[in-house]
Amino acid sequence: MNLTIATFVLLGLAATGYIMGRRRAVSVSGGNTARLHSKPVYHGWYVALACGLPAIALWIAAIAIGDTMIDSAVIASLPQDIQQASGPVLRRFLADAHTLSQGGTATIAVTPALEQAAVDYGRLDALRGWIGFVGAFALGLVGFGFTFRRINITLRTRQPVERVLMIVLLIAAAISILTTVGIVFSVLFESLRFFQKVPLFEFLFGTQWSPQIALRTDQVGSSGAFGILPLLAGTAMVTVIAMLVAAPVGLLSAVFLAEYARPRTRAVAKPMLEILAGIPTVVYGFFAALVVAPWLRDAGATIGLDVASESALAAGFVMGIMIIPFVSSLTDDALAAVPRSLRDASYGLGATQQETITRIILPSALPGIVAGLLLAVSRAIGETMIVVMAAGLAANLTANPLEAVTTVTVQIVTLLVGDQEFDSAKTLAAFALGLVLFIITLGLNVIALRVVQKYREKYD
Amino acid sequence: MTEMTASPPAAIHSGKAAQARLRRRYRAERRFRWICMATLGIAAVFLVILMGSIVSRGWTGFLATQMKLTVTLDASQIDPENPAQGNYRMLVVAALQNEFPEATSRSDMRALLGMVSNGAYVELTNLVADDPSLIGSTVDIWVPAASDLDMLNKGYIDRDSAEDLRRVDDQTLAWVDQMKADGSIRTVFNWTFFTTGDSREPELAGIAGAALGSFWMLLVTFLVSFPTGVAAAVYLEEFAPKKRWVDIIEVNINNLAAVPSIVFGLLGLAVFLNLMHLPRSAPLVGGLTLALMTLPTIIITTRAALKGVPPSIREAAYGIGASPVQAIAHHVLPLALPRLLTGAIIGMAQALGETAPLLMIGMVAFIVDLPGGPLDAATALPVQIFLWADSPERGFVEKTSAAIMVLLGFLVFMNGIAVFLRQRFEVRW
Repeated sequence: MNLTIATFVLLGLAATGYIMGRRRAVSVSGGNTARLHSKPVYHGWYVALACGLPAIALWIAAIAIGDTMIDSAVIASLPQDIQQASGPVLRRFLADAHTLSQGGTATIAVTPALEQAAVDYGRLDALRGWIGFVGAFALGLVGFGFTFRRINITLRTRQPVERVLMIVLLIAAAISILTTVGIVFSVLFESLRFFQKVPLFEFLFGTQWSPQIALRTDQVGSSGAFGILPLLAGTAMVTVIAMLVAAPVGLLSAVFLAEYARPRTRAVAKPMLEILAGIPTVVYGFFAALVVAPWLRDAGATIGLDVASESALAAGFVMGIMIIPFVSSLTDDALAAVPRSLRDASYGLGATQQETITRIILPSALPGIVAGLLLAVSRAIGETMIVVMAAGLAANLTANPLEAVTTVTVQIVTLLVGDQEFDSAKTLAAFALGLVLFIITLGLNVIALRVVQKYREKYD
Repeated sequence: MTEMTASPPAAIHSGKAAQARLRRRYRAERRFRWICMATLGIAAVFLVILMGSIVSRGWTGFLATQMKLTVTLDASQIDPENPAQGNYRMLVVAALQNEFPEATSRSDMRALLGMVSNGAYVELTNLVADDPSLIGSTVDIWVPAASDLDMLNKGYIDRDSAEDLRRVDDQTLAWVDQMKADGSIRTVFNWTFFTTGDSREPELAGIAGAALGSFWMLLVTFLVSFPTGVAAAVYLEEFAPKKRWVDIIEVNINNLAAVPSIVFGLLGLAVFLNLMHLPRSAPLVGGLTLALMTLPTIIITTRAALKGVPPSIREAAYGIGASPVQAIAHHVLPLALPRLLTGAIIGMAQALGETAPLLMIGMVAFIVDLPGGPLDAATALPVQIFLWADSPERGFVEKTSAAIMVLLGFLVFMNGIAVFLRQRFEVRW
C-alpha cells in the first residue's frame, strides 16, 4: 500500500464527509438554512472531523508503531552475526534493506541475508499498510455513519467544531513552547554527556582550547583541551569592536533621523538602513573576508603593523556595520516614545536643539536605548557567518585586535561541519558551547526587558 | 515700583560674555547636528562600498569565455552505436594541433589542452549524441574555455607580472592572442551559471542547484510556519484567556525571536536528524528548522496585523449574530491578510538569507545534481556562497559575487512584493 496514496484516500474520505454533511444539513432544513441551529458549513466540518480525525490518527499510529514492530521482526529473522553487529552497522544494514525493498540501490555489498531482509521488509511493509489502511478507513466510515445520521435542524454542530478549532489553535501556540523545550533539552542532554567526559570546572575555567582528536595516541596534545575562556575572550573582543562601530553610528544616525531630518531625508535614509539590515550575514562575511581583511592587512603593512589576515578587527568591524540598523531602529523607537511636551518645555526655556537632545531626550529615552544596545550585543555574540568566514580558528587568549581570535559560534560550526560522532567529546563540545551561547543571549534578552520595565518613565 | 539698579538684569543676556556664550552654544549645536548627519553618511558609505565591491567583482561572473574549435569528428574515435563513449579528448587534441601546428612536445600539448574546459567534452558528446550523422564530418563548435583563460580574458591576470607568478605562461598567452586575433575567442552571457549545479571547475559551476534547494526549503518553511504562526497569533490575540500560562507563551515567543540562529541549527541536528532520523542535507530538514526560526517573526507580525483591525469590525459581526470564530474567520482575518502576508514574506526573506543553521544539518555538501524534491540532498543559495567563498580558485571569486547578486536580487524582489502588498491592499482605518 503506497503511503501517500493511502493518506490522500483518507483525506478524500474526510472531504466527502464534509460535502455530504453539508448537503444533508441543507436538505433536512428543507431549503431554508436559517432553520438550522448551525450553518451547513459546520455540519460539513462536523462530519468531516468525525470521520477524518480518528482515521488519520489511527493511520499515523499504524505507521509509527508498525515501523518499530517491522524492524524488530526483521532483526529477529536475521542471521546471528548481523544481529550481534554494533548499532550503526545494524542500522545501516536495515536502512539498506529498506531502500532495496523499495527498489533503490544499497550502499553496502548485497548479500543473501540483505536480500532476504529486503524481501521481509517488502512483505511486512505491505501487510502493515493494508492493515493500517483498512482499519483507518473502517474507523472513518463508522465516524461518518454515526454523525451523518444525527444531522437534523436542532443538532448543535457549531460548538464541537469550534472547540476542535480552539484545540488546534492552542496546539499551534504551544509549538513555540515546544521549540524552547526542544532547544533546552537537545542542548542540555548532549551537554551533560559532554560534562561526563570533561569536568565542568575545566570547561568553564580552562585557558586552553584545542578540541582535536588525536590521530596517534602519543601525539602532542592528544587528550584535547576544552577550556572555554579563550573563546569567550575572542567573542568578547569581536563584540566590543562591533559595538564600538555600531553604537555611535547607530545611535547618532537615529538621533538625526528622529530629530533633525526632514521627511524627505527620512524617506531616503530609512529604506537605506533597512537594506543594510536585510543583507544576509553570509554576504557580510564575504565582504569581511575578501575586502576588509586584505585591506586592513595592506594598510597595516604600509604603517609597519603586522595584521593577521583573519584579524578580530576585520570581523568585528563588519559585524558592527551589520548591527548599525538594528541599533538605529531600536533607538528610533525609544526616541519616538519621548513625549512632545518634554521637547516643547525645553525649547520654551531657551535650550538649543542639541541641548534638548543631549540633556532631555536622550536621558528620558535611556532605558530603551540601553535595552536596544543589550539586544545588539546579544545579536553580535550569536552572529555566526561573519566570524566563521573572517575570524580565525585558532583559540588565542590575546588582547590584540590585530591578531586572529576565534569565537564560540565559529567553534560550534567547525566542530559540527564534517563528520559527527556522537560519542566523542569533540562533537558533544559543540552542544556545550551552544548551551553557553543560549544562556548568555537569553540572559541579555531578559536583562534588556527588565531594564525597560524597571526604569521606563511613565508619561501621560 | 522698585528702584532700577545700575546694571539691569537684562545685561546677562546682552553683554559680551553672553554673546560669546551664545555663539559657543550655537557652535555646539551646529557641530552636533553635523556629527549626527555624518554618522548617517558613514552608514551610507558602508552600504555603497559593500555593494560596489560585490558588483565590481561579480558582474563578470555573468559572462563566460568561449573558444571556437574546428573539430573533425573522426569515425575511428567514436562508436556510432554508442556515441557517448567516444574519445572526445583525442578529437580536441587533434583540433588544437591543427590550429597550432608548431606545438608538438608533450608539455606544449598539455598546455594547449589546459586552455579548454572539461565542459568542452560534454558539449561535443551532446552534439554527437543528438545527431550521430555528424560523425565523420568537420564542425565548428564554441566550447567553454578553461578558468585560467577565462580570467585572462576578463583581465584578472596581469600580463606584465613575471611568468612564474602568473597562472598562464608566455606560450599560452601567445596562443590566446593568436586566437583572439582570429576571432576564435568570444565573451558570451553565462547561461551555464543559471542552469547547472555546483562544480569543482569555476567555469562550469552554476547556482541552479542551490537556487532549487532554497526553493524547496522555503516551500517547506512557508507551509509549516505560515499556518502555524497565524493560528498561534489568532489564538493569543483573540481567544487566549488572560492567564499566567498565556503570559509565559508570550514571553517565550519574544525570547525565541532573540535566540541566535545557530542554536536552531543545533535543535535541528538533535531533533530532526538524531531523533527522527530524517535524511541529512535534505531541504525538508532545513525547511523545518527555518520554520521554527521564523515562527516568532510570523506570530509577532500577525498579532500586530490583528491588532490593526479595529474592534468595531468584530462588534458589528457579533451584532448580526456571528460567533467569535466566525467574526475572526470571515471578517478580521481577511482584513488583516495584506499585512499578514507582508509579515510572512519578510519572514521568508529572512529564512532565504539564513546560513548558519543549515551548516549544522549538513546542507553544506558538494552537490552537483539538481534537487528534484524536498527529500533530495541539496544546498541553499547562501550556503553555496559560503562554499564558493572558501574555494581557493580565482575563478570562484567572481562566481561568489555573482551568486550574491542573484541572492540579493531575490531578496529585493520579495521585499518589493511585500511593499507592494502593503501599499496596494492595506486598509487605513
